[in-house]
Amino acid sequence: MYDPTVARLTYRALLGRRRALILGALPLLLIVISVVVRALTGADDQTAADVLGGFALATMVPIIGVIAGTGAIGPEIDDGSVVYLLSKPLKRPTIIVTKLIVAIAVTMVFSAVPTLVAGLILNGNGQQIAVAYTVAALVASIAYSALFLLLGTVSRHAVVFGLVYALVWEALFGSLVPGARTLSVQQWALAVAHRVAGGDLVTSDVGLTTGAVLLVLVTVLATWYAGQKLRSLTLAGEE
Amino acid sequence: MTVERPTGTPVTSAGDQTRIHNIGYRTYDGPRLGRAYARRSLYSQSLRGAYGLGRSGRSKVLPMLLFAVMCLVAAILVAVTVTTKAKGLPVHYTRYAIIMQGLISLYVASQAPQSVSRDLRFKTVPLYFSRPIETADYVRAKYASLASAIFILTAAPLLVLYVGALLAKLDFADQTKGFAEGLVSVALLSLLFAGIGLVIAAVTPRRGFGIAAVIAVLVISYGAVSTLEAIADTQSSTGAIPWIGLFSPVTLIDGVQTAFLGATSSAPGAAGPGSGQGVVYVLVVLGLIAGAYGLLLRRYKKVGL
Repeated sequence: MYDPTVARLTYRALLGRRRALILGALPLLLIVISVVVRALTGADDQTAADVLGGFALATMVPIIGVIAGTGAIGPEIDDGSVVYLLSKPLKRPTIIVTKLIVAIAVTMVFSAVPTLVAGLILNGNGQQIAVAYTVAALVASIAYSALFLLLGTVSRHAVVFGLVYALVWEALFGSLVPGARTLSVQQWALAVAHRVAGGDLVTSDVGLTTGAVLLVLVTVLATWYAGQKLRSLTLAGEE
Repeated sequence: MTVERPTGTPVTSAGDQTRIHNIGYRTYDGPRLGRAYARRSLYSQSLRGAYGLGRSGRSKVLPMLLFAVMCLVAAILVAVTVTTKAKGLPVHYTRYAIIMQGLISLYVASQAPQSVSRDLRFKTVPLYFSRPIETADYVRAKYASLASAIFILTAAPLLVLYVGALLAKLDFADQTKGFAEGLVSVALLSLLFAGIGLVIAAVTPRRGFGIAAVIAVLVISYGAVSTLEAIADTQSSTGAIPWIGLFSPVTLIDGVQTAFLGATSSAPGAAGPGSGQGVVYVLVVLGLIAGAYGLLLRRYKKVGL
């Protein structure tokens, strides 16, 4: 289910030139903010939880997930070069799984590692906050990558829909309608983080079991359906 | 139509005698509409395109949906005001765009790349410049069309609010003043957002990547600034909040309207800039707009060849 050549091509498409620039700029910004905040306020657990929860997990992880997840397959379908890949004797689900693994790896490296570093800068992992949010970012990376990779195979406007989900659904509806929070990758990841941290600083609206089950379910279903979509992919012209 | 020349029997003039063959090609001698006409056409085409008019049904969905939601929320606010017989609108005119900034950012992110990226990707930019228009015309037409599109998106709900306020028999002078202030603020916002969106979109020929880059700049900068502002507020260093606000487009507009357009700041603790800092805000906004225009000119000097 893993093909090294496809993986190499996907890595190069994801980390080529400017894409790597924007992927690298976000974590850098997070670390700069952490340094500034630490200099302004000193080590404070609540502040650390605010920055990591409000900025890292709520904004940075979904955006990196969108870029990596849709970027792994979207541009290829868009410019039609995916036919050269599909005409090779490879199972379509294999292509999807390989691209998913690459997308997950990229999202993890660019979101979870900076989260850990930022957490260590902010309060030196006091009350396990840095580790808890890193775990949340790792878990969220998997689900986001699978979800956005599916979007990439379903629609040509995958980036827009991905951003609508990440920003409008999770941020806007999540803050207004409590029910929307049950259906949010961010809350599921927070449920896992809550278990790691143990304290009251990291809270989630869903229980650990619900969160974990939904995470696994979404990842598996999205990957399976993306494979099915790729099997019956039709290539159309621009717009 | 031009005057028909008899084909087959070529008109003999001084120039024709130097030709070896005359196979009857005719040059265009109708009216030439010129640079201004081309620029106007490009402007109106781009403006229509920003709402999906003249494009496929699918590309109408998102801009129209965002426009509908913007107006719908305003209509709901008006309905609430009318039924509860309130003394004023629940949301001030200048505040509306700040509350709806997520939708506005999404609109800019989805329409800025569609306006310029495809020209770059299919290498049609040199074709534009083979016509009478020049780099500055192209940039001006694209900039103006996107700014107008965002202005329509942000001003229409204000109009809904204003008409609703008048129907609810709120004070006419008061509402008109607020409406005018709101219009100035969204005009500035449109120019600023259009500039930022176009500069980023013009760098990349890939539409999807352009969308992600624009939204990242708009949303991440706001996320970072508001996080820092909240922390400065809890540390009770309120003096720092106006300076932090200089680093994201939304808080910039918020600062300008707080200082000069009678708005209350949406920063934590309503700690907006005073008049002195307000001048800095205005200068930064104008500098960013001029800078965006300059960068676009530079970019198209290069890709136009």
